[in-house]
Amino acid sequence: MSAVTAGPVRTGPALATRPAPVSEKRPLTARSVVGKVVWTVAVVLISVTTVLPLVWTLSTSLKPEGEILSSYLQVVPDNPTLANYVALFTDGPFGRYLANSAVIALGGVATNLFFGGLAGYALAKLRFRGRGVVFSLFLGSMMVPGIITMVPTFLVLRRFPLVGGNDLFGEGGAGFINSYGAVLIPFAAGPFAVFFMRQFFQALPDELGDAARIDGASEFRIFWNIYLPLARAGLAVLGVLTFQAGWNSFLWPLIALNDPEMLTVQVGLAGYVNEYQTQYGPLLAGTILASLPVLLVFVVAQRYIIENFAHSGTK
Amino acid sequence: MSAAVSATRRQQTVSAWIFLAVPVALFAVFLLLPVVMAVGLSLTDYAVIGDFEWVGLDNYARIAGDPIFWVAVRNTALYTVLYVPAGLVVALGTALLLNRSTRTARVFRTLFYIPVVSSTVATAAIWFWLLNPQYGLLNAVLGWVGIDGPAWLYESRWAMVAIVMMSVWAGFGANMIIYLGALQGVPGELVDAARVDGAGAFRVFWHVTRPAISRATFLILTLLLIAAFQVFDQAYVLTKGGPGNSTLTLVYYIYDRGFGRLEMGYASALSFVLFLVILVFSVANARITGRENDR
Repeated sequence: MSAVTAGPVRTGPALATRPAPVSEKRPLTARSVVGKVVWTVAVVLISVTTVLPLVWTLSTSLKPEGEILSSYLQVVPDNPTLANYVALFTDGPFGRYLANSAVIALGGVATNLFFGGLAGYALAKLRFRGRGVVFSLFLGSMMVPGIITMVPTFLVLRRFPLVGGNDLFGEGGAGFINSYGAVLIPFAAGPFAVFFMRQFFQALPDELGDAARIDGASEFRIFWNIYLPLARAGLAVLGVLTFQAGWNSFLWPLIALNDPEMLTVQVGLAGYVNEYQTQYGPLLAGTILASLPVLLVFVVAQRYIIENFAHSGTK
Repeated sequence: MSAAVSATRRQQTVSAWIFLAVPVALFAVFLLLPVVMAVGLSLTDYAVIGDFEWVGLDNYARIAGDPIFWVAVRNTALYTVLYVPAGLVVALGTALLLNRSTRTARVFRTLFYIPVVSSTVATAAIWFWLLNPQYGLLNAVLGWVGIDGPAWLYESRWAMVAIVMMSVWAGFGANMIIYLGALQGVPGELVDAARVDGAGAFRVFWHVTRPAISRATFLILTLLLIAAFQVFDQAYVLTKGGPGNSTLTLVYYIYDRGFGRLEMGYASALSFVLFLVILVFSVANARITGRENDR
């Protein structure tokens, strides 16, 4: 249920990259040649199992209806067509689903970067009483499984006073349910974002702020003009992770948004699995469209994401 | 001078609480309040419509005698028993394969990671097609080696196995990356020394590598267990809990009671039972795997 369900990523000190013993140049023996061949076959086979299903999905989505089942093993379609994609937009509100997901994912990125950055900065760089307690609370809250808060959070959103037709006592309307707020507000500043940004700001020197403070700069200016620009790399990684989590989230949007106009692309697609039992064309075209944004973001940012992830198991 | 210092301190305290205001408010309204409400709700027969009353521990007594709850427990246990070891072994195996700093290894690292990027729903849709008994790629491949594949999602014996395969495929890349990070910390001198002493590849792994990456193993086991107990998306999208309740998981059952039949009091009690199960297993994992870490 939490907006960011990625593993506990930490920004640790960069590890000294030491070439693993395997890669050292060794004399070419029969044994090492066999080893290299076995290794290559193994990694190629695994790559085939991870990539081929996606390729096959793409290829099926480009086939005309008659070709899907008759030449189901053929990777390159005889008569490639975009008809399945067009059908998604003309037969149903798929465009609307994509737009809903974009609003939710991008909105979540904006609020988590801003509030997560502010709060993470306060916990890392400002001295005040209660700092340890607040930090432990955020850290501890990441351990509470989302399933516990699912039902009550729905009720809080539904009975929110003076919103969505509700009166002061939360009666009469649907509150935030079936509006973007139902998904955006509870996860606007997740504990993960706060924790992540705190780790990042902690690695930056205190002296920068002290100097500006003597010059009379306000705390917000110190944060906004000095520290935030230095945290660009951290913000980028957090932004990508938050975007992926928001775009891919399923259970909470399924519960909080059930008006057909408000469905996210994941919830809409889940409906198609049952609706299009035999129509694989539109279903798989929808799958490609639902995956494309996160795949593109991943391709652009993959180095940073993977490097960052790699540190999480070492500390 | 000291007046100036305390003025700065006061200013910092005020700024800090302003900076923290939104996350703290959200924490109070969407975590603290819901947890307290969940305790209360689990002691009522609240069902959205109509009046409700306190029923004490009746919901918990009802759970003990609820046959479908036990079906969900058995299914979730089966999923966990299959998924956690498979997820761990595949993540470790692939990490060991790619533990070399060559350009080729980095390319394969990205290719192995790709399934992690897709959503569970997209993954499920892809596998819905892969697992098609007649036209699916999986049974086609099995056919080449002379195996007559089952109907997967349409057979109660195989549906959960199919969901486990899909989940391992979709998730191992993330844990592989954690293991790759940990493998960088394995002391190379120790590996070399063991080799010189004539230890084979397996003994080097067991006595040198395995202890050196036990922290990562603990982290990954914890993540896998927590994910396994809360499995929902795959079962919801692919099988709707069927056939014959064979893929009805605990979170699915809670979702169905709470939002399908609006029995929110009962659903809250169920969620506490699940929380307790997760807690017990996390503590047991910390005791067993964690003890190894201290050595």
